[in-house]
Amino acid sequence: MLRFVVRRILQMCLVAFVLSMLIFVWLRSLPGGPVSAILGERQTPARRAALEAALGLDQPLHVQYLRFLERASQGKFGVSTKVLPGEDALQVFLDRLPATVELSLLALFLAIALGIPLGYMAARRHGSAVDTGAVIFSLVGVAVPVFFLAFLLKYFFAVEWNLLPVSGRQTTGLDATRVTGMFVLDGILTREWDASWDAFKHLILPAVALASIPFAVIFRITRASVLDVLDEDYVRTAEAKGLTARVVRGRHVLRNAMLPVVTTIGLQVGGLLAGAVLTESVFSYRGIGDALATAFREKDYAVLQVLILMGAVIFVLVNLLVDIAYALIDPRIRTR
Amino acid sequence: MDDNTGPSRRPTLGDRRKERIDALATAGTVVDEPGKSLLRSAWERLRRDPVFLVGAAITLVFVVLAIISPWIAPWDVTANPLIDKVRPQSNPVPGPEPGHLLGADDRGRDLFSRLLVGSRQTLVVGVFATLLGLLGGITLGALAGAIGGFVDTVVMRIVDVMLSFPALLLAFTIASLAREPSQWTLIIAIATTQVPIFARLLRGSMLAQRSSDHVLAARSLGVRPRAIVFRHMLPNAMGPVIVQATLSLATAIIEAAALSFLGLGNPDQRQPEWGQMLGLAQRYISEAPHLAFYPAGCIIVVALGFTLMGESLREALDPKSRR
Repeated sequence: MLRFVVRRILQMCLVAFVLSMLIFVWLRSLPGGPVSAILGERQTPARRAALEAALGLDQPLHVQYLRFLERASQGKFGVSTKVLPGEDALQVFLDRLPATVELSLLALFLAIALGIPLGYMAARRHGSAVDTGAVIFSLVGVAVPVFFLAFLLKYFFAVEWNLLPVSGRQTTGLDATRVTGMFVLDGILTREWDASWDAFKHLILPAVALASIPFAVIFRITRASVLDVLDEDYVRTAEAKGLTARVVRGRHVLRNAMLPVVTTIGLQVGGLLAGAVLTESVFSYRGIGDALATAFREKDYAVLQVLILMGAVIFVLVNLLVDIAYALIDPRIRTR
Repeated sequence: MDDNTGPSRRPTLGDRRKERIDALATAGTVVDEPGKSLLRSAWERLRRDPVFLVGAAITLVFVVLAIISPWIAPWDVTANPLIDKVRPQSNPVPGPEPGHLLGADDRGRDLFSRLLVGSRQTLVVGVFATLLGLLGGITLGALAGAIGGFVDTVVMRIVDVMLSFPALLLAFTIASLAREPSQWTLIIAIATTQVPIFARLLRGSMLAQRSSDHVLAARSLGVRPRAIVFRHMLPNAMGPVIVQATLSLATAIIEAAALSFLGLGNPDQRQPEWGQMLGLAQRYISEAPHLAFYPAGCIIVVALGFTLMGESLREALDPKSRR
């Protein structure tokens, strides 16, 4: 087990190394180079020259790369020019992170809570109307862009029926204490129930829209995996032994069918981040996704740099955790 | 369904996508029925397949409309005949009236004409992004599949790394790199995300060809390696790639819409584009939601058309599902 974890961590370091190199190359390929990326609109020829000397741009490439690593490890990525003008880029990421974590967690929870039971039901009644309906539903889901789903939800639930707030994370002017930056959790921790409830209401629509992406995947995987397991010899044996349907379902079918589903859930993190870019910008939900959308559009390179690097690190980290969890569930993997 | 992930496997980064691609690679490689070619029996099945017919009909209508739209559109898309009726405070989006079937947008331009002509950019971006992706993917995949060995390992490592990244994020990043965004940066960004898919697919199906009897026969007859690759392996390995290209058209269209929606597409707003129309419609969500419904409806229908066509093509070419 330890060897497995160590090997995966080494692999991760390699990925991080390659990524840092890609970002380094990317920064140098930008119009105007890294100096423009850091200075943004505040650049003057004098400032440019000073910064170029300070950054050592006259040095050979490998020295430059080492310096870049040094600065990155100290968290110096430059100053945001557009997303939050004047703010340190790393700070922008740290400020926005809790919002997106909160949103993604709820979205993932919704997708799991709906996707697994539905996938299981569709597989149990394979070929029935329920099954066909669910599959068609997931096919149509592929063709509906997530940002339009977000728009539809916003239009009906927020504008037309006035049930939920249109945008933002919390009603402005609400006096709420901040602890973690995840507003729903903050409200619970400080016992400001109205603040928590208000934040939750803001969270529902974006979370439902965002959940549509992992939902479709989890549903399809669960269905395919349960179908596979139902055909296995050990399920037939269990039934032949006279075990109750409940035990067979819980212990033999579900437990084995969940293995690929667990991995898939881990792999959804990347998709969630891409989806967050779109949903957060529809709902003006101030998280990582919204910051990314603005940074992409307005070319705020300092922020882009941090967000892409951190996004990739989180993506790889989550996958590492999933792999370890997977090895814990399935002993066959450790020995390989 | 195609994603039969066995419980004993150990999936890692991007494994599901790899697996889907590999499953496709083996589809359409076996020709077993005597007297009837794969293509022929596939065509006979498709002709009676309602899913294919619906998909093909949608696609056909879309392509024809996109081609002839500038001539049949009742109004010039850049003209604003209803500008006098636009009142930013009370009536920002003029409604339907005789001569203007769907009304106008916030600049008094005829909405119906813009929707019609908007199909062109969608078609161009979808087709060119897929073609470019296909070109890159075929080059890489054929290289890996034909040469094998070290080249294969290196190419496939790169492809796997690309696959493990979320496609949309990759496209956003590439599109944001452009000095001056245009339709072409959009096309290149989307094409890049398609390259690894095609590459892996073609490599898989080339490998399947390499061990097949007709290649062995050609080799024993002393046919030059180059001719074997180009005449015997490549043409036979293309089936699944073409199926994937059909499906890729749908993803390309949706990704293009997402990019334009975020403002990373063609900055020339005089020329209509569905994703961009949808993005601009956001401002008028309470007064004129129809401004978003129409372009979104178009995107969904067209994407669904390509998806239906692709899925039924895949089924028809898959020897395992043949009756």
